[in-house]
Amino acid sequence: MNDSNTGSGDFAARNRKNTLRLGYWTGAWLITMAVAVFGPLLVWQNNVLTGAAILVNVAVGVGMIVANKHHLEGLDELQKKIHLDAMALALGVGLVFGLGYSTMDVTNFITADAEISHLVMLIGVTYGLAVFIGHRKYQ
Amino acid sequence: MKNRLKVLRAERDWTQAQLASELEVSRQTVNAIEKGKFDPSLPLAFKAARLFGMSIEDIFEDDAGT
Repeated sequence: MNDSNTGSGDFAARNRKNTLRLGYWTGAWLITMAVAVFGPLLVWQNNVLTGAAILVNVAVGVGMIVANKHHLEGLDELQKKIHLDAMALALGVGLVFGLGYSTMDVTNFITADAEISHLVMLIGVTYGLAVFIGHRKYQ
Repeated sequence: MKNRLKVLRAERDWTQAQLASELEVSRQTVNAIEKGKFDPSLPLAFKAARLFGMSIEDIFEDDAGT
């Protein structure tokens, strides 16, 4: 075998490229989200502009979903397993704690309104932690 | 599942990164397979067998077998 890294060089490069692409799409999605949320509050008071900003945000979000799909497809089988386990945990935690949180709001067990952003943060943190633990597990 | 991947790799003086390169997987995956923490799929096992010029049974051994 030579040191040309014919296979995994390609694999690693492809992986890096997919990860970078996903990062760009995620960054773009966050920026368009900020524009759609803060634009009407700070810059304009125009429903057409607000609608356009939301449409752009959703369109970029679709691009992010596709980039995420490509990223996952480019992973090797162990990496896919780590992400699948993490997704299963994030989905379960999101469902159970999200609905529990919503029920607390509906029944007025808590005074504050249940915010969707809290659920998104919970899912994100759970997913990130699960991926981290998965990588540690197979080191 | 036990395997002889580490021995076969060492016999050829390959690093984990080089083996990962040939198998088109990450170095972490090669390491996890060598340590018996992760069992490869059949296509990956065939790929390893082709790479070493051996049969799958010569590289991988079922714990329940023998």
